[in-house]
Amino acid sequence: MTPRKYLILAAVVFFAATGDVSLARGMRDFGAVTLANLHQLFLALLNPWVVVGILMLIGFFASYLAALSFADLTYVLPATSLSYILMVLLAKFFLHEHVSLWRWLGVALIVAGVGFVAGGPEATPGAHRHNPIETVYGPVGALGEVADHGDEA
Amino acid sequence: MNHFIVWSGIAAIVITATLGDVLQSRAMKEIGDLGLVRKQHGLPAVIRRVVTNGRFMLGLGFMALGFFSLLITLSWGDVSVVGPASASLTFLANALVAHIYLKENVDRRRWLAALCVAAGVALLAH
Repeated sequence: MTPRKYLILAAVVFFAATGDVSLARGMRDFGAVTLANLHQLFLALLNPWVVVGILMLIGFFASYLAALSFADLTYVLPATSLSYILMVLLAKFFLHEHVSLWRWLGVALIVAGVGFVAGGPEATPGAHRHNPIETVYGPVGALGEVADHGDEA
Repeated sequence: MNHFIVWSGIAAIVITATLGDVLQSRAMKEIGDLGLVRKQHGLPAVIRRVVTNGRFMLGLGFMALGFFSLLITLSWGDVSVVGPASASLTFLANALVAHIYLKENVDRRRWLAALCVAAGVALLAH
């Protein structure tokens, strides 16, 4: 993993969380949208928070695709689930929502999940078009450890 | 709305969202590292390669279906059930399909990660 790749994963986390929180903040100005007042949904598109939220989610999609272009789906999804934690923190300190003990337990489990996946390699050898792992380090072991092939690699 | 219909809706969300994620991952694997493609051929080439990839567009279609399934299912059941159930089951379905279809090396470490995140996301609804 290079600093550029960590930066892309951090961008996925940042844009996902801030995008959702901005949309939530913007929709607070409108209340519940039903079939009877569907025009509210179009008015919402003029709300600055909603506009920022949509721009953030475009940033999320671009960085998510960039992440999938060098890492496995089963690496990207758990690694970027840190966005849920950022979302809980933003909900607590920015939207002033109550965060229960169960939610904090959920946050702890997500941190554990990210820890598990972060300890292994980001890609299956040979799975990506420009994947250098296979030629540089050789195959990956059952627990994600890279096999040592010495000069062979 | 009875439980069977709500869980059918959740199943539809999980299936369409997983197909969307997996197809997009397959498309990005085919295209290769977007950073390298941009360095070698420029940003317009990146955009052209992504939007002309059939699997990417199919994946985008399934993502849209997943989004509409979520909206419809939310009108049938409680958000506190539909949201976390569909998100956490999609994590597990992605791990299974990534192993079978994308041939990713889903080892014990990645299964544990998927299980922890799925359980964690489910708890966030409390």
